[in-house]
Amino acid sequence: MELNKLFAVSLLSLAIVGCASSGGTTDEAAMTGAEAVEESQTQGVPGSPDLDVVTEEQAEMAVNSLMEQTTVYFGYDRSEIRPEFKDVLNAHAEYLVANPQAQVVLEGHCDERGTVEYNLALGERRANTVKRYLIVQGANPSQMENVSFGEERPAMIGSDDSTWSKNRRTEIKYK
Amino acid sequence: MMKRYLSFLLMSLCVSAQAELTIEITQGIASSIPISVVPFKFEGSAKDSVDEIVRTDLERSGHFSLLEPDDMLSQPQSEDDIYFTDWRLLKQEYVVIGTISALPNQQYQVRYQLFDVFNEKELLTQSLKGTESQLRDIAHRVSDAIYEQLTGIRGAFSTKIAYVTTNSKRTKFNLSIADSDGAREKVVLSSKYSIFSPTWSPDGKRLAYVMLEDSGSKVYVQDLVTGKKQLVSANKGINSAPSFSPDGKKLALVLSKDGNPEIYIIDLATRHWTRVTNHYAIDTEPNWMPDGDHIIFTSGRSGNPQIYRVTLSSGYVERLTFEGSYNARARLAQDGRFLVLVHQAKKGAPFRIASLDLVRGLLQTLTSDTELDESPSVSPNGVMVMYAAKYNNRSILAAVSVAGDVKFLVPSKNGDVREPAWGPYLD
Repeated sequence: MELNKLFAVSLLSLAIVGCASSGGTTDEAAMTGAEAVEESQTQGVPGSPDLDVVTEEQAEMAVNSLMEQTTVYFGYDRSEIRPEFKDVLNAHAEYLVANPQAQVVLEGHCDERGTVEYNLALGERRANTVKRYLIVQGANPSQMENVSFGEERPAMIGSDDSTWSKNRRTEIKYK
Repeated sequence: MMKRYLSFLLMSLCVSAQAELTIEITQGIASSIPISVVPFKFEGSAKDSVDEIVRTDLERSGHFSLLEPDDMLSQPQSEDDIYFTDWRLLKQEYVVIGTISALPNQQYQVRYQLFDVFNEKELLTQSLKGTESQLRDIAHRVSDAIYEQLTGIRGAFSTKIAYVTTNSKRTKFNLSIADSDGAREKVVLSSKYSIFSPTWSPDGKRLAYVMLEDSGSKVYVQDLVTGKKQLVSANKGINSAPSFSPDGKKLALVLSKDGNPEIYIIDLATRHWTRVTNHYAIDTEPNWMPDGDHIIFTSGRSGNPQIYRVTLSSGYVERLTFEGSYNARARLAQDGRFLVLVHQAKKGAPFRIASLDLVRGLLQTLTSDTELDESPSVSPNGVMVMYAAKYNNRSILAAVSVAGDVKFLVPSKNGDVREPAWGPYLD
């Protein structure tokens, strides 16, 4: 992914990011340390940003850090987008809007609990809700492909709550 | 005797090097039938000991308790040598004796007799012929016949199982078939992609399964004689959960090509498609009922996974499970009298294998010793359920009787084992 392309859309994105992140909380067990840091950085941007006082550089950094997050996580047996991941998805949607030639594969995954086949279906729903969200934000459906890997390709091996929460995810992969 | 001991030792060495799976019986029924299978008189040398396989088969069924050959007062090899008083003294109800004779052309003849100790009467005698490599098949047939004679239920020792093994890094997957006791494993497909949901055609000659490639899941049918695999479904989205119709001509499967996982039927000869379900929730894991007009499946339409039954001729859908927060991947046992399924009593509770008596509406949890129990598969005689589970942080196969009274583990020597599928009777 060419992150320098972001420069062109960074100011517009910043406005959206700033608004959306103002209500964000970081109390989810699924958050990694890195995500929590990034989240607090974006919260550092004022809720109603005064564009005059935000430098272009700062704006680019804020969007870049969101674009670096290419995984969103889900609750057990759930496929709805959690509010704290909307900033991340908004940034990807902006990028897709600004770069109509960009293509992504949305990979839905599950934790190991439950049956293999039900999880394959659930993984697809997780990819689908991300796709629908990005479409609502303006991305073109033809830019996105869905694939479900169910519980077959875990991000982490293990059988505890923290491992499971890392495995219930949709990964956004740029082609 | 020493020579025999040595040959036994060699034999067990060969078996352990070859077999990926072993069996550990963890629970048998309290009222098991005492039976002695006397070491067969053997003229010749072969790596498989027929009487030892028969003892293991009967023991594994949980319905019999086997007397160790060392504890026998005598080891008769013909009817005239049997002293029934001795066997009564050992509290044995049945005695099996046999001889294996070498015939020309590398053939062997196995002849055995089953006696009722109390009535001092022969109940069964049979003579079977085969090559050295078929002695194991013959042994399982002997077990089948004895089991059926004494329990009234057809034996399933001669059947096969299919399952998937994988390394701990999950970079290599083998679809294998083996005898129902795990012996004689044969890899039928190796892949870097995950393989799951193997299912047998009713004649036992083909396997349908899902391969999860980088582009998504695809359904294949593989001929077990030629080894040739055929792509059956590679539509956009999910292609998964195959189940053969009772006549073997159609396949029920799950496709999400129209936007959502739904159950479809494909005619394997004409490739004609029919859509069965239509609901915005997840519909998956179809399993054809023996009458050919009903399919049971898992659906999330009530908010969490539950089992439903659809009548194909009318499209009528009926919910079958009401107890528990997660009921999925049901399989039928005993001509549809029982459902065997993955069951979670309430959110956060362990996943267990349970049986549901469809006539009495009674749900019984069958497993308790393993974790994350899944993928139940029923033996063709409807007696045992093989399933996959976590045990000591490894994926293993385990089995439990539909009645819940017999349990055994089938750990593998290396790697993880998943997705068992018990094959049909082969004749």
